[in-house]
Amino acid sequence: MSIEILDSKDINRAIRRMAHEIIEKNKGMSNLCLVGIQKGGVILAERLASQIESIEGGNIQVGKLDITLYRDDLNTKEEQPVVKRTEIPCSIDDKTVILVDDVLFTGRSIRAAMDALIDFGRPAYIQLAVLIDRGHRELPIRADYAGKNIPTSFNDLVQVNLEKENNKDKVVLISEQ
Amino acid sequence: MIKSKHLLGIKDLTSEEIYHILDTASGFRDVLHRDIKKVPPLRGKTVVSLFFEPSTRTKTSFALAAKRLSADFVNFSVSTSSVLKGETIKDTALTIQALGADFVVIRHPSAGVPHFLSNILDMSVINAGDGANEHPTQALLDLFTIQSRKKDIKDLTVAIIGDIAHSRVAKSNIYALTKLGARVRLICPPTLMPAEIERLGVEVFHSIDDGIKKADVIMTLRLQLERQSKGFLPSLEEYFKLYGLTSERLKLAKSSAIVMHPGPMNRGVEIESAVADGPQSVILEQVTNGLAVRMAVLYLLAGVRK
Repeated sequence: MSIEILDSKDINRAIRRMAHEIIEKNKGMSNLCLVGIQKGGVILAERLASQIESIEGGNIQVGKLDITLYRDDLNTKEEQPVVKRTEIPCSIDDKTVILVDDVLFTGRSIRAAMDALIDFGRPAYIQLAVLIDRGHRELPIRADYAGKNIPTSFNDLVQVNLEKENNKDKVVLISEQ
Repeated sequence: MIKSKHLLGIKDLTSEEIYHILDTASGFRDVLHRDIKKVPPLRGKTVVSLFFEPSTRTKTSFALAAKRLSADFVNFSVSTSSVLKGETIKDTALTIQALGADFVVIRHPSAGVPHFLSNILDMSVINAGDGANEHPTQALLDLFTIQSRKKDIKDLTVAIIGDIAHSRVAKSNIYALTKLGARVRLICPPTLMPAEIERLGVEVFHSIDDGIKKADVIMTLRLQLERQSKGFLPSLEEYFKLYGLTSERLKLAKSSAIVMHPGPMNRGVEIESAVADGPQSVILEQVTNGLAVRMAVLYLLAGVRK
């Protein structure tokens, strides 16, 4: 069974609100760097960045981070996951880095992302922005900015489609029964 | 996507598998340009090298690749070991396995030794050169270098010059390049050309000037001086005169052509210094790319479970 839980308008509103929260909490955007986690977080990071830029003016640095080599389940998977690109465009030393991902679930990707990020430098702060928080954390990790909290059961699937062209955006919850 | 946990030769790989290794290698090339050049995916794994022939670059490259993936690397030194006391290669390999290694990287003067070991060992066997048979990671790093300079390997004209008969590098590259749709030309003296090599889908030239005409890629091979005592060549000077890659000859290839060499080079024998150090040379790039490719191979083979 699959239900559409957010449509394109809902997603835009959520991104706009998160952009405002990010600016408010960090008192502007001067020391910020956004880093999207491959693959789902990359488009969201770009969307958040252009929203922040349109509110504050100026440019914000956006990077992408592949966490494959830092995963904690490499020894148990059937096959090695594909290694994707990591591009961190600026020094992250003493910056406020906002990690961006589409869905926050067990928290294990975020743990891997923090380890990967710290190999690039020593940020002053790391904050976390996600579009969907679906619960079921297995590690002591929480989001600083969440688009929407959605109760799910563990075996559900949350699918986030963020097309480059806005109108196809949606979030779908797929459950087993 | 990678079906076997051993890398014995390019002959056994599909073109999809080759492309998958190359794609993975580009992810690892990024790692090599960071301040911290170490990533954790092979923590707790052990790579042992077992080399029955001298090698510095391949062994060092594998050692660094393993260490940058956070694996432990141990060299099993043949010249000071039980091999000298008459131990068979099978027993040596089983000993290494019993010590808890996950990979053995082997080089041996006899073709087929890695294949033989792969049938009796549970750990992954990586062929780092077996006789005149194959040297698969060299061909993969050559492909990776060509791909990063030329984008698409398909339909490129690649000229390989040198001692084809004794060259495992040539053999692996012939398999690899033809699988990916490149046109391969082999250039060497008749005495060093294996009979019926055309059956591998290559063109044979005995004149370097004809062979490198309009080529996109020129691979020079090391003239294996240690194997030239059997009278294949009148002299090294004559070899250079007839088959050495000089700047003058290089003009016959496309102006965008790249020059490769697997190393170690004999300057003034198969390649002129001006070419080796010239703007078209990608020889040092090959060395750096070798690290990324070997990291990709170790990473991917570690994921194949049986």
